[in-house]
Amino acid sequence: MIQFLAKRLLQIIPAFIGVTLLTFSLVHLIPGDPVELRAGERGIDPKRHAEMKAAMGLDKPLPVQYFDYITGVFKGDLGKSFVTKKPVLKEFLTLFPATMELSFCAIIFAIIFGLPAGVIAGVKRGTIFDHSVMGISLTGYSMPIFWWGLLLILFFSVQLGWTPVSGRLSALFWIDADTGFMLIDTLRSNEPGAFKSALSHLILPSIVLGTIPLAVIARMTRSSMLEVLQEDYVRTARAKGVSPSRVVMVHALRNALIPVITVIGLQIGVLLAGAILTETIFAWPGIGKWIVEAINRRDYPVVQGGILMISSLVIFVNLIVDILYGIVNPRIRHTA
Amino acid sequence: MNETAIIAENNISPPHPLKEFWKYFSENKGAVAGLWFIGIAILVAISANLIAPHSPFTQYRDAILQPPFWMDGGTTEFILGTDDVGRDILSRLIFGARLSLFVGVIVVTLSLAVGIFLGITSGYFGGFYETVVMRLMDIMLALPSLLLAMAIVAILGPSLQNAILAIAVVVLPHYVRLTRASVIGEKSKDYVTSSRVSGAGPFRMMFVVILPNCMAPLIVQATLGFSSAILDAAALGFLGMGAQPPTPEWGAMLANSLQFVQRAWWVVTFPGLAILLTVLAFNLAGDGLRDALDPKMKR
Repeated sequence: MIQFLAKRLLQIIPAFIGVTLLTFSLVHLIPGDPVELRAGERGIDPKRHAEMKAAMGLDKPLPVQYFDYITGVFKGDLGKSFVTKKPVLKEFLTLFPATMELSFCAIIFAIIFGLPAGVIAGVKRGTIFDHSVMGISLTGYSMPIFWWGLLLILFFSVQLGWTPVSGRLSALFWIDADTGFMLIDTLRSNEPGAFKSALSHLILPSIVLGTIPLAVIARMTRSSMLEVLQEDYVRTARAKGVSPSRVVMVHALRNALIPVITVIGLQIGVLLAGAILTETIFAWPGIGKWIVEAINRRDYPVVQGGILMISSLVIFVNLIVDILYGIVNPRIRHTA
Repeated sequence: MNETAIIAENNISPPHPLKEFWKYFSENKGAVAGLWFIGIAILVAISANLIAPHSPFTQYRDAILQPPFWMDGGTTEFILGTDDVGRDILSRLIFGARLSLFVGVIVVTLSLAVGIFLGITSGYFGGFYETVVMRLMDIMLALPSLLLAMAIVAILGPSLQNAILAIAVVVLPHYVRLTRASVIGEKSKDYVTSSRVSGAGPFRMMFVVILPNCMAPLIVQATLGFSSAILDAAALGFLGMGAQPPTPEWGAMLANSLQFVQRAWWVVTFPGLAILLTVLAFNLAGDGLRDALDPKMKR
């Protein structure tokens, strides 16, 4: 187990170096001079230009610059936003809870509906229910989620008036961001109705963001169930007279869940990419919307830092999933 | 060998591979429907100039935000209505089909060509070269694809051309890994050894002997690649990082439609429906192909 852990930990080092190389070269590959970009349209005289270049460390050789960049990253220095002049890491940490709250609710939604749908479809293979689940999940998998969000707004917010169109909380409330998680903050604030407002703002974005993971989980659970139900131990259990529900829930489901857990873990990357689109539609103040705005405004430190943070996060989560997988499934641990 | 001998003895010729393929493929009704839809979409895209009732760029200033023909105030002149500057939505969708399929073709061709090359060389030669290529692909896979595509667009600048390039780069690792895995599987088989013994050079070995036997999973992946290319291009267009206005690209058509949600649902609904149906068609066809080409799935 320790060998497996060490091997997995060592494997993320090249990935992390690759990501930092990518974000580092981002600034150097962008056409145009970074100093002039920062100076804006006013222009700059050559003397000041050289001074600023030295101040930004851009006169040093590239390997030295990269080394400086990496040391900065490890100290938590991701530079300052061109637009707000605030440290990028600080902005990221302020906005990240909003994205995390949304992603968490989305994956919960996907599991609550995807897992049972997949199990039932697998058990009742070939029935109308099975065909509908597979059809719906393939549609969900093919869904352009930015359009799906617009449709849900059109129907539930505009036609029916059930849910709010955008944001995290009604403007009627002012809640101190203690934890950054609106559901927790509103619960602690004791403001009547604030929690309900936060919850109603979360519903549509969670559905939109959870749609593709839902489809993936349902499909994976079904195929995994089908495979496990053909195993000898399931037949043995049936032959012993174990009740059908117990065979499915205890004997089959437990083993069928192993690949499903991996797939759920791998959805984190999908969620963060989806958050970029979902947050843009619902004006959700998270890191996805932040990066889109930064790219449109050419705020390169934010683009650089944001991509670095999200990628490191995905690498880290994938590592955790792999380790969990190794714990759950000894076969992986020993062959790795 | 044994099997063919028996068949020859009984004087029954095996079915033509294409015929056999179609037998398995046509069992899957969804896949056939998807293929039909793709065929129609290709026809529409090719004949866009002929069948589109209007130019996708002409602005009919006296017919702004006109609803579809079956609603009050709609006319058959603009069957699916008009957008906020009076352009015919149906015509824009028809020309958009051309763009989306074009994006799919270019992305799949680019990523397939580069992916096959990298995958087959790294699988065949192995060693340090393989390690470098595969680690690089692992890093690319670690990043959410849309984010990586956005980073590339941030470097190159927003345009449809750069979006296509970004998407082709982002999907590359799938093709490289797939090709490499099948090459490694094929490499140790007898027919490869016998070619080597008869003196085939590395180029011939890779592209003439081994590659044709690795095509099945690649064809499936390429079909599914169409759907993800179209979806990603639309997402980038929606975010303003792909096709720029007034290009009639489906994603870009939705970019500013949020403001019309209350007044003109047709502006919002139809472009997205076009994306969904096209992506779904490619996914259905891809699933069908996988079942038909994968010998393990055949019962």
